[in-house]
Amino acid sequence: MTMKKLSQGLTHAFLIALCFVWIYPFLWMISASFKTQNEFFEKGLSLIPESFQLDNFIRAWNEGNFGQYFSNSIIVTIATILIVLFITATCGYALGRYSFFGKKMFIFILGISIFVPLEFSIIPIFQLIKDLGLMNSLSGVIMAEAGGGHVLFVLLFASFFAQIPKELEEAAIIDGCGFLRTFIHVALPLSKPIIGSVVIMQFIWTWNSFLLPLVLTLSTPELRTLAVGLYALRGENIVDWTGIAAGGTIAIVPIIVIFLVLQRYFVDGMAGAVKG
Amino acid sequence: MRTLSKTSTSAVSKKKISNKRRTTLWCWLFILPNLIFYAMFQGWPIIVNWYYSTLDWSGLSSDAVFVGLNNFKELMQDPYFWNAYKNSFVFMAGSVPLMLGLALIAALVFNNPNLKYASIYRTLIFIPVVTTASVVGIIMVYIWGSDGAVNYTLMQIGLLDEPVNWLSDPNLAMMTVILINIWKNLGMNMVYWIAGLQGVPRELYEAARVDGAGHFRTFFSITLPLILPVGAVILLLNVAGSLKVFDLIKTMTDGGPFYATDVVSTYIYRFAFSSEMGLPRLGYAASAGIFFAFTIMIIALIQVLVKRSLNSKKVGGQQ
Repeated sequence: MTMKKLSQGLTHAFLIALCFVWIYPFLWMISASFKTQNEFFEKGLSLIPESFQLDNFIRAWNEGNFGQYFSNSIIVTIATILIVLFITATCGYALGRYSFFGKKMFIFILGISIFVPLEFSIIPIFQLIKDLGLMNSLSGVIMAEAGGGHVLFVLLFASFFAQIPKELEEAAIIDGCGFLRTFIHVALPLSKPIIGSVVIMQFIWTWNSFLLPLVLTLSTPELRTLAVGLYALRGENIVDWTGIAAGGTIAIVPIIVIFLVLQRYFVDGMAGAVKG
Repeated sequence: MRTLSKTSTSAVSKKKISNKRRTTLWCWLFILPNLIFYAMFQGWPIIVNWYYSTLDWSGLSSDAVFVGLNNFKELMQDPYFWNAYKNSFVFMAGSVPLMLGLALIAALVFNNPNLKYASIYRTLIFIPVVTTASVVGIIMVYIWGSDGAVNYTLMQIGLLDEPVNWLSDPNLAMMTVILINIWKNLGMNMVYWIAGLQGVPRELYEAARVDGAGHFRTFFSITLPLILPVGAVILLLNVAGSLKVFDLIKTMTDGGPFYATDVVSTYIYRFAFSSEMGLPRLGYAASAGIFFAFTIMIIALIQVLVKRSLNSKKVGGQQ
């Protein structure tokens, strides 16, 4: 019994050490964002700051424009989520619930996109946003972020809606609901778990997105998102490490907190991606 | 009487047809929003990229000149392109097998129902997945720099005599970038594997225990064969994902030092959007994109064909 306890203790000691090393980079950055420049250069690797300075955050928020980047990130992320939710829930409902002319062809077209790397469509997307006259606005970034087929989300919705018992729908039809009202009043309220997964997954992807906002804000620095703003700040002055650490903390703490609160939806969604 | 019933059935069937038509119409109306976004941001780029690749064009509206296949010819003769092309595959080959193996081990450990606090460990391992790549890139430049934690630790335990600049040494940069990529994406692959493991029926494990099979025997005879189909999907996702890596490389090394970590996506970015090459060359960059997209699609196709032939062999064997 004691041997078993000992080996359990050792296992946990090992796992705790491993996890500590695993997330050390983030702990280090958050700690560095509270340090003074002097302390950073003297004791850069320690994790507990001597005193909790807020100067770095104030500097990053005001002079580093992170206040602006933060609000850009929020606007882009929320707008993208709303659009993606709308286009994938409706599409998933039609595909999962009905068989209709052209359905197979549509699924085939959607399926192709899995094999086409989006990264290489970046030049046409850049031109398209430019031709639409959306180059100097956040709506250009939002459109591009919401673009694409979102095959995973469509399939999640479709397989969920396919499982709803027919009786519910028939009851709705008897009550006089048409196609649209059955969707809004019966199907959509039932699909809350899928909506949760889509919201949190899209939140994480859009918040962290880099290439699209980078390319679309090259000539308009005031439209940068946090991910791009931090990268640009680093290019301009690499000496201000504590300021950069504060900017990085502003960028990742919200996403980590949201993930910790809603991780079930995210992990279930990711797992759904491979199980099909 | 007979005529009456006839007319009423035909009325019913007419109504059915018009109902069906109405449903089809509604279905397409529901699909339309997704279709429009798909057509604009996936379909259109695929088509128009071909046209762009035949142009000598900086992207400033009216300066495009048709040059036929010249971009592709130039691409084939550019040693920097082949260097980036090779690096993309080195990055993929270095990342994928190691990452999948380690993620499977992590999944087996943290899916064990007897391990206490497993969900907390799983969450911590997963955290790098949800963090912004550009933030990770900047932290890693410091952590792996000469004053950073990696050098400090290695020197403390006596494995290094003097600090090494892992990301700015051309001989080490690629290996370092691969390690960081594995660290960043391991958690996601762990979740994929756990999803596969949870699909294995519990009764099989119990049967194996009754038959006296040990841990390793159970793993190789029961678990592994049953999670291989999921493994094939995970492999495909990772191969495609690592071949198009951009964020991490761009923010950690920007393809350097001396093009040691330059991959196709950073190569394309340099020609299309960066000012360091003078005027942008969108047509040339588009041709590089097309060439590489083809490579990825061929690899995906080979994977699908291999999987199919393996499956058909299995069926043949059972007969």
